[in-house]
Amino acid sequence: MTLPSRPLPSSGSIIDFPAEASCFQIEGLGLAYGGKRALRGISLRVPRHRVTAFIGPSGCGKSTLLRALNRLHDLNEEASHEGRILLEGEDIHAPEVAVDELRRRVGMVFQVPNPFPMSIYENVAFGLRLQGGLTRRRMDDIVEWALNAAALWDEVKDRLRASAWSLSGGQQQRLVIARSLAVRPEVLLLDEPASALDPISTLKIEELIRSLKSQLTLVLVTHNMQQAARVSDYTAFLQDGELVEYAPTDTLFTNPSLRRTENYITGRMA
Amino acid sequence: MRAWRWFGRGRLPRSEGPWAWLAAGSVALSLLMLGGLLLLIAGRGLGHFWPAAVVQVEMEDGRVVAGRAVRELPLERGKGRERLYFTGNRDLDGQVWHWLPVDDIAAIERPAELVVLERRRHGEFIGRLIAVGDREAVRDAAPQQAAWTRLQARLAALDQLRAERERLRREGLRPLIRQLDADPDDSGARRALAEANARIYDLQQAMRGEVALLESADGRRLHQPLDEVLRAWRPNAMSPAHKLAAWGGGVWRFLAEGPRDGNSAGGVWPAIFGTVLMVLLMSLLVTPFGVLAAVYLNEVAHQGRWTNLVRIAVRNLAGVPSIVYGVFGLGVFVYGIGGSLDEWFFSDTLPSPTFGTGGLLWASLTLALLTLPVVIVATEEGLARIPVEQREGALALGATRFETLSRVVLPMAVPAMLTGVILAVARAAGEVAPLLLVGVAKLAPQVPVDGEFPFLHLERKFMHLGYHIYDTAFHGSDVQAAMPLVFATALLLVLVVLVLNLTAIFLRHHFRARHGVQPRP
Repeated sequence: MTLPSRPLPSSGSIIDFPAEASCFQIEGLGLAYGGKRALRGISLRVPRHRVTAFIGPSGCGKSTLLRALNRLHDLNEEASHEGRILLEGEDIHAPEVAVDELRRRVGMVFQVPNPFPMSIYENVAFGLRLQGGLTRRRMDDIVEWALNAAALWDEVKDRLRASAWSLSGGQQQRLVIARSLAVRPEVLLLDEPASALDPISTLKIEELIRSLKSQLTLVLVTHNMQQAARVSDYTAFLQDGELVEYAPTDTLFTNPSLRRTENYITGRMA
Repeated sequence: MRAWRWFGRGRLPRSEGPWAWLAAGSVALSLLMLGGLLLLIAGRGLGHFWPAAVVQVEMEDGRVVAGRAVRELPLERGKGRERLYFTGNRDLDGQVWHWLPVDDIAAIERPAELVVLERRRHGEFIGRLIAVGDREAVRDAAPQQAAWTRLQARLAALDQLRAERERLRREGLRPLIRQLDADPDDSGARRALAEANARIYDLQQAMRGEVALLESADGRRLHQPLDEVLRAWRPNAMSPAHKLAAWGGGVWRFLAEGPRDGNSAGGVWPAIFGTVLMVLLMSLLVTPFGVLAAVYLNEVAHQGRWTNLVRIAVRNLAGVPSIVYGVFGLGVFVYGIGGSLDEWFFSDTLPSPTFGTGGLLWASLTLALLTLPVVIVATEEGLARIPVEQREGALALGATRFETLSRVVLPMAVPAMLTGVILAVARAAGEVAPLLLVGVAKLAPQVPVDGEFPFLHLERKFMHLGYHIYDTAFHGSDVQAAMPLVFATALLLVLVVLVLNLTAIFLRHHFRARHGVQPRP
């Protein structure tokens, strides 16, 4: 599955980024839990079919921003927001938007692998069964495709009926990615997807992320700057709930325009 | 503060050793007490069915009694000991127990020819069999062995006649009676009924007539009609294998038959059936309500002061004395709902109540109410234990909250629900006080399930092992004689709870293997 891709500017300021090439347009987003402000005045555009990384110190709001993109923050009754998030030009908070449909379009992978207590096959088929209306054969095909796309098929093809919990941590995380891919999302949000994994598994996940961007848009939250530098095309640096700098990854890591960014990426945090 | 430090540092041991011993010791003590209790119950209960030896005791003053030694107690201040014998023969002596001073006993023998007869009336007979035959013709000339063989043959024949009579009643009479109920003018059915009755009457005549001529240890004679004799055995002449077989038969009859003699003899099958059925119905009623309530409290309701208040109230309900639930059940279920049901649907049988009196349904409902807090609390804790990543994982795939709940959260919480059901079953199976008010019966030989429509009779009263224990132990005519049955029934109640719990534990294990929350790698 490929979405029509538009040419992107390969370098230069992100502000020039045309709206048609962006998947998400975030405009003046602020978010608060109860009285506590988590995000303030965030405006950025997430380019389509690219990997965008959010980096920043702990508690800077990078995960909060990521979870805002598929409205997971809705689960908190005290959460309130201002500003707009547009997905392909449509406000995701608009009353006519069904939140479950939004979340199908914007998949998410979490820090801790969270396969359901079912078989490997059933995990991947979970989202498909929610939509219903698929024949057995079509379901098999999509499950195989998704496991292939997540580079897991060869390891599990002989034990699709085994419990997902029998897999290793890295395999579980790739299974979760396959599960998300199976419902054909347009965007995949990854919240520190490799932080609970060993180096080899981390490498596999990173390769996977790079290989997936031909098919969909990826947004990655990581506290590992090398990882951000290795896999992402664009990087946003957040601090204290504000967007400090957003630029192509090469630019941000080699030639940051702000002192705060430079201090953070060189490890000289005040 | 200083005093506490003195106490803490100076007096209590600081190494781990003594604490580990203390903890292990208390566990060991609890297990020991539990094991002791079970052993006592099992020993006293199961020993009852063993065909124990009977002895013939001759006293210094010439008295002779035959019976089983039960126990021995010291007399006051050095006057020797006194031994209790169960001697049976209530119809001859008016009592079945004899305390004999051990010092006054001249001789104790174990004659092989002593027989024990279990009878429908007057309990057991212990003595000698002289002859078997028609009441008028019976003579004492028959040799011992011949009379014994004849008695056994006659008893076997009587068993067959009884089975035949039962079959006739079941297959001949009951369908005809039902037919006549539907159409009282059916003359064919009326004639068939008369014929069947006549056949049964003939059978009963055939069962009468023969008597056994018996003689007690002290030489008094007695004509015992054979159709009142249930079983006969000669314990002193039995081999261990025979005794074991007789013991097995006794245990089986205890499990499979109904009670006799005002619950002081016979079996407890209706009580087992009633207990199990009531507990199963209770589980069926309490599980959906408890799970729904827990889901509402944990997943749906706004987590605020009110929800917490409800939660505290639910937890406190678990501490309400069970008799209070009984009164509530009597007032609301039996009189309130049951009375209304009678007025609306069973007005033709009023004033005799159908649902407006205690019954299986109301007892199950009352116990479901009693155990509801347990199920709610256990399920809620299970729901709270499910990692938030699992819920978010489902939501991130486009599942609605309901789909997340039904497809991911609830299946994972099944083991916790079953834990709640296990606790509920353990509590409900042993509960007697509320049942006294809402439907338990001293004697209800008809179990609430039979071949008659609607097969499950929710309005019937039922027997319960716990109440049976209470009734046998305190309300019988001869509590001493019924004591072993009390122990046996208690053992059975423990076993029933154990089996019910093992079933639930097995189910829980099964679900845990499939859906359970496992520790993360």
